[in-house]
This record gives sequence, structure tokens and C-alpha cells, in this order.
Amino acid sequence: MKNKYVQWLFNLPYLLWLALFVIIPLLLIFYYSFIDLNGHFTLANYATYFHSGTYLKMTFNSVWYAFLVTAIALLVSYPLAYFLHQTKHKQLWLLLVILPTWINLLLKAYAFIGIFGQNGSINTFLSLLGIGPKQILFTDFSFVFVATYIEIPFMVLPIFNNMEELNPSYINASRDLGATSWQTFIKVIWPLTLPGVKAGIQAVFIPSLSLFMLTRLIGGNRVITLGTAIEEHFLTTMNWGMGSTIGVVLILAMVLIMMITGEHHRKRR
Amino acid sequence: MGKTIVELRNIVKKYDDSVILKNINIKLEEGKFYTLLGPSGCGKTTILRIIGGFIDATSGDILFNGKRINDVPTNHRQVNTVFQDYALFPHMNVFENVAFGLKLQHIPKQTIIAKVQRALKLVHLDGYQDREITALSGGQKQRIAIARAIVMKPKVLLLDEPLSALDAKLRKEMQYELRSLQQRLGITFLFVTHDQEEALAMSDEIFVINHGQVLQSGSPVSIYDEPLNHFVADFIGESNIIPGKMIKDYEVEFLGKRFECADAGMRPNEPIEVVLRPEDLDITLPQQGKIIVTVKSQLFRGDYYEIAAVDEDDNEWLIHAINPVTNNSTIGITFDPEDIHVMRFNESETDFDARLDQYEGEEREK
Repeated sequence: MKNKYVQWLFNLPYLLWLALFVIIPLLLIFYYSFIDLNGHFTLANYATYFHSGTYLKMTFNSVWYAFLVTAIALLVSYPLAYFLHQTKHKQLWLLLVILPTWINLLLKAYAFIGIFGQNGSINTFLSLLGIGPKQILFTDFSFVFVATYIEIPFMVLPIFNNMEELNPSYINASRDLGATSWQTFIKVIWPLTLPGVKAGIQAVFIPSLSLFMLTRLIGGNRVITLGTAIEEHFLTTMNWGMGSTIGVVLILAMVLIMMITGEHHRKRR
Repeated sequence: MGKTIVELRNIVKKYDDSVILKNINIKLEEGKFYTLLGPSGCGKTTILRIIGGFIDATSGDILFNGKRINDVPTNHRQVNTVFQDYALFPHMNVFENVAFGLKLQHIPKQTIIAKVQRALKLVHLDGYQDREITALSGGQKQRIAIARAIVMKPKVLLLDEPLSALDAKLRKEMQYELRSLQQRLGITFLFVTHDQEEALAMSDEIFVINHGQVLQSGSPVSIYDEPLNHFVADFIGESNIIPGKMIKDYEVEFLGKRFECADAGMRPNEPIEVVLRPEDLDITLPQQGKIIVTVKSQLFRGDYYEIAAVDEDDNEWLIHAINPVTNNSTIGITFDPEDIHVMRFNESETDFDARLDQYEGEEREK
């Protein structure tokens, strides 16, 4: 009996944490999404969301940009992780890749304003070449570029770890059975590192859905995502109900992504 | 003499400053069962990996059917490997694993299915095609790994300690199966192990390796009966090794006594070591024994008793006997002249063979 009591005591901090920071906030968001500006129960928020072209376009934008960021991050990160895995001092190189994540997101955003701005280093360089200053900041390109840059470490890490766990004798066995390096990659390395890729996609796609500071600072509000909309509703228009509704939609989108990229039991023949 | 299929010439392998293999020369003939036997870290697996093409030799030539294959990549060598950890692809089922190499060759699907089935039949796992790798036991994984390699019809099959992860009973069973599989297929097997019993049971020829050198090669019987040096005698089987002196041909002195023996061709009074196998020693009454020992302890090994005893000079003796003796009793041990095997210090394999030829020739002349 005493053991049970002690066990409860050990679990208490975690249960409290879960309740205070996960369960109650989720319930609150869910609750507020049914409340209108005057504090009455309503389904109007959802009706507005699904009937207004603006919100649906925003949803599409969010998904599209998150997809772009995830896809580019994957294209860069997979070869990078593979290369890191092969190098001699891999832990050092990995550290260099992870290092930028230790710096505050805002600081990085401001740094890119300095680099991409009208008088920034890239435009100075372009002027020297005679191409002249171009509009780089506040474009779709700059937004996707910076967002991808920020997300890359989160994609590299799970893929790298997966590659480290990959038993080298699988590669030897594949070569031994007559596969070329490319065939080995397609038939053995890629399928066996897929869990790392999935984890990376989860780690990048879901946060990318609700990126909002960057849309303003780098995208110059040309890119408006659901994240921006939530911020607007909570801080500017004070329409918490509508903001919560968008939040619920985002949460559902995340659940969907988790289900798609989660572990499946393979079905065959 | 069969046709030589694989030959290693002066193979040296160095990692930075440490030398793993020092001048390895090995010839493998078609259709024989070879074993590389040595303690862990002796370089035996490195030899296998060099033949398989997973690592490059620092210097020396690897010949396959007389052609140098140092620069031929793994996937173009007619050699397949059974890995120590089996290396079965976890994302494929049994059929896909065994068919992996065949599929790469663009063989018609029906042929692949038939070949896979035949290979699985050979390892007694017919009908396991749809099983997942994770659902197999260790012994089954072992068989699938063998099936995956032999389905490729290699000229040489390399086996890297494939039985080390199995329990004792299964290991014995697999020894028989591997041996009969090799004889049925007629493929050259190169088997790596640190288990001398395994090597003696299965091989046509054994290479005893230590510190990156082949110390002795030959049939299991010749290696067991005529170990070349202290290491081989100690590593293969149990043995009593005693320092002694060769008085003259067919007479050896150890423990202060002279004995008749079957060896010759050495300098008079040359210092040597004598090997007496525990199973060659017979227990008798103290007054009839050639050596008198006191029994210290004994272990029942199932088919024999292993008796540890000490002689008057505090040398330890190991004796295998069918019947138990009483502890702390004094017993005599006897042996025949042929049971004494004399080893010279620093005698190489070629010198040994030459000396053997020489005095055996003399005997015939007499």
C-alpha cells in the first residue's frame, strides 16, 4: 500500500504538468472556439471559418508554405545527414549544424533582415556586379528561405540519428548480393532511414504550419498564414473565439499529419 | 589436387601503425571446406572481408580463378557472405530477403520464386516465404542468411562466425547441416571461427591464425596430432605441454627422465617442448606409471572425467579418463612412444614439413 502512495507522489509533478499545460489549455481552446465576441455559445466561428474565402485561402497558404519548407528542408537535410554520417569528426560537424538553434528565432530573423535588406550584404554584392539592388526581403522567396534555414537542424537530427543506428552490415550484405551503390541506397538505406525522415517531417511541418513572426519580419505580411491570423485575433481584434477556432483547425491538421507519418503496420499481398 | 579458386598472395593489412595481417598466403581449392581458426582479434575476419571486398588489403594480391580481383568491387565478385549478425534486411520478409540478389539480375519472376523455394528447402525452411524477419528465431535467421547467400550460386561462400550466436545444441546441429550442405552443393566454404571444436568437426583444411599470421595449416587430424608450436598445441584441444630436451633421434628427455618417442631429425640435446594430449594418458598403479602424479580435482564431463593432477615438480597435468579416481590419491600415468609429440622452438611450417619428409624417407630406406 505504501508503495502505491509513493508512486503517486512521484507521478504527481508530471500529472500536474500535463493537466496545467496540456489538457486544460486544449480544453480552453476548444471551449473558446464556441464562444462569440459577446461571450455567448455559438457555432458561428466555425461557420465563418469554413464559409469565408479568406480563411480557407489562409489555410491553403499555411499548408502550401509548410509543405514547401518541409520539402526543401528534406532535400537539403537528407544528403547533409548522409554526408555528416560519413565524416570523421561527425559529432563536431553535427554540433555546427545544431548551433543556430541555440540562438533566438527573432535574432536570426533580424540578422536576415540585415543580409537581405536594400542596403544588406547581398544587395551590396549585387550592386558591385552591376546587377543593382533587388527586392529580396519581403518576398515569398525570402520567407521560404529563412523558414527553411531555421527548420533544417530539426530535419537533420532525426535523419542523422537514424543513419547512425543503421547497421553497416546491411549495406555490406546488399553490396555482397550484387547491388550497386545506387541500388543499395534505393533498396536498403532509404527504406531503413524512412523512420528518421518521417520524424523529421513531423518536427518541421507541424511548426511550419503556424509560423507567424517570420511572415511579418521576413515575408512582410505578403505571406499570411494561420499563425498570423491567430496572432491578429488574440492581440489585435481581441476575437478570442475566432482565434481559438483557427487553433482547433491547426490542432486537427497536426493530428492528421501525425497519423499520416506515424508508424503503420505494413500490409502485404 | 583440385583447381585453385581463391589465392591470397603476400596480403598485408595495416590500420595507421597497427599491423593486422602480416604476409598472408592462402590457397583455396574448389569444393572444399576451409576454416580460419584463431582467437578474437587475430585477423581472421579481416581476411574474410578482404576476400569479400569490404575492405582493401594494404598490399598483396587477391586472385580469383587466377585473375587479380583487388580492384573488383564487392557486387561484381562471385563470392557471397553469411554475416555474423546475419544482416537480414528488417524491412523485407523472408522471400524478399532471399530474392534480393536475384531480383537485381532481372531474372523472370517465376524463376526467382522457384529458386527461392529451392534454397529455402535446402535449409529446411520451405514455406517460410511470407514470414517477417522479426518473427524468426535465431536459428531460423541463420538458415535464411545461408539461403540468401547460396541462392546466388557463388563459387565461394564466406561464413563469418555464423554459429556463434546459437545455443550449444543448435550449433552442433548446424555444424552437421553446414557440412552436408557444402558437400551437396560442392561450393568452396571459407568458415571463420574461434571455436576449435567447430573447426575440427567440419573442415577439410584448417588455417590456424594468430597475430595476423598463419601459424599452421592442414587437415584437422594433422593439426591436432602434430601441432607445430606451443600456441597451436594449446589452442587446439586440451594439452599438457612440458619443456624437454631431444637427446637423440627417437629419444627425448623431460621431467628428468628419458623416453622413447616417434620424432627425429633434430640436433642432439636440442631444447624442445613436448605435447601430451589428456586423452592419450592412461591411469595405472603408481609403481607402473612413467610419471607419478597426485590427483587434485576432477570434473565430470558427461562422456569422460577430466582429472587435474600435479607431479613431484609441481607441473600440472590434465588427464581424461573413463572412470573416476579418488581425490588426493597418488596415481601413475603411462603413454606410448607415439603419444609424445615433440615441438621445436620457432620451427616454421615449411621446415617442419621438410624435416618430416627427411626422416620418414630415412625410415623407409632402413
